[in-house]
Amino acid sequence: MNKVLLLTRREISAFFVSPIAYVAIALFLMVSGVFFVWMDFNQGQPAALRASFNVMMIVLVFFLPLLTMRALAEEQKTGTIETLLTAPVTDVQVVVAKFLGSWIFFLVMLAPTLLYVVMLEAFANPDLGPIASGYLGLALLGAAYVAIGLFASSLTRNQIIAAVITVIFLLMLSWPVPYVAQVVPPPWRDIIQSATMLTHYTDFSQGVVDVVHVIYFAAVTVYALFLTVKVLESRRWR
Amino acid sequence: MSAMIEVANLTKWYGPTLALDRASFSVEEGQIVGFLGPNGAGKSTTLRILTGFLPATSGQACIAGHDVLIDSLAVRRSIGYMPENVPLYPEMRVEEYLRFRAGLKEVPGSKRREAVDRAIKRCWLSDVRRRQVGQLSKGYRQRVGLAEALIADPKVLILDEPTIGLDPAQIQSVRELIRSLAGKHTVLLSSHMLHEVELTCSRVVIIAEGRIAAAGTFAELRENLADRARVVLEIHPGDAGEGPAEIARALGQVAGAGEVSHKSVGEGWLRVHVTPSGTADPREALYSVVAQRGWRLREMRSEVPSLEELYVRITAGEAADADRPAA
Repeated sequence: MNKVLLLTRREISAFFVSPIAYVAIALFLMVSGVFFVWMDFNQGQPAALRASFNVMMIVLVFFLPLLTMRALAEEQKTGTIETLLTAPVTDVQVVVAKFLGSWIFFLVMLAPTLLYVVMLEAFANPDLGPIASGYLGLALLGAAYVAIGLFASSLTRNQIIAAVITVIFLLMLSWPVPYVAQVVPPPWRDIIQSATMLTHYTDFSQGVVDVVHVIYFAAVTVYALFLTVKVLESRRWR
Repeated sequence: MSAMIEVANLTKWYGPTLALDRASFSVEEGQIVGFLGPNGAGKSTTLRILTGFLPATSGQACIAGHDVLIDSLAVRRSIGYMPENVPLYPEMRVEEYLRFRAGLKEVPGSKRREAVDRAIKRCWLSDVRRRQVGQLSKGYRQRVGLAEALIADPKVLILDEPTIGLDPAQIQSVRELIRSLAGKHTVLLSSHMLHEVELTCSRVVIIAEGRIAAAGTFAELRENLADRARVVLEIHPGDAGEGPAEIARALGQVAGAGEVSHKSVGEGWLRVHVTPSGTADPREALYSVVAQRGWRLREMRSEVPSLEELYVRITAGEAADADRPAA
């Protein structure tokens, strides 16, 4: 575990040195800030972040891949993957550390949005319950996005390809598919709906913390990380 | 008692390409062995298999008694590895990077600072310890790679072209450093320069086109070459006027003559090299032919091919030599 912490710390500091990360944070905050002001911070709206949370889900589809694309792709391109994998660390430790590094950085990126809560408090009396559960949902969603991004990054040396693969995966899981679900007959409809992220995410911003949703995100995260470990392991028999 | 590094029938296919063909060699504890071969011979492939970065297609490799496939983690704990091109994280500072790697290699927390300081001193990095790796010159980067390989004081060091791209002064420093490691560490380094290997290592394993061509100490290899002395003659056909090809053919038919090659050296004289096919000395028989045909002879001597020449022939892809005493 010590090694995981060591690796995670390195991941996080590498983020702070990378200009892409700052650009992604800035853009993310700008876009969600705009939506916050436009939709949630208006007169007559209930004092909640409901719209912001929904928008962030889509925004993150495009921004989180910018953070995760580097994770393994760059190491594979520069060759540092060779020194990494020839050190006495297991593939699991490497993947977990990469995941934690990106996820923690994502949470850091999210932190400034707490400003919105402060602003709401200043002008109204928001119900903090749904807001708290909304952030929980966002954290879990982020975990799943990061894990998928990490998997995509492991498949290639090219960061752009990694980012594009991630966006495609995430879009499929979050956006159009739920709408496809509406036009297909049951039982397909139920199956598709329970597989998509949108379904499991919206409850959080309404203040509902259903164990099923938590399990869904945890499962997606773990599965994507498992696949990533397998990709690294495949080196040993390729 | 098995060797520190043991490679048996290692084979590697990259798709349809055979990169390693049943390579076998061993390195005893405390030795510094040079893995010598032209580019593309399979040196890096072998080293990567030893460190667990690539799997072999078949065959076996063991380091310190641990199989590199089955016991990979134990192998990785015993080695320090410096890949070709020394990949490093450009944004980290030298001592930061060394401390990070020391941690990964299980150097206990309390000893880490000491280990880093020692590695920095040994590799002459004191001036740049606070500098970012990305800002270092190639010579310094290579030394960082070396320091990193040494950081956990491993039993075995595997270095892929440790002096490539360095200027002569730097090469000498690195060479001295490697030589100082003999005895306490076992070193396997790869290079494509015979001269470098000769100055740094006590033993050499020569590989070409995926096959081990020779192995042993330099003295042993030279001795083996002495057995394969060949005969050099300078002949002029005189009035008989045979062409070079005819002369070569005639000499080649002599009992005990194997390969014959010839070169014109001006004014009608021909220098002929005759490599004996067996252990018999063909000189007398060759002289008889010359005398019988009435050719003029101005030189006949025995020539021992040099190690350099052997290496050049191997590099040129000519038949790999079959002398392989186990290293």
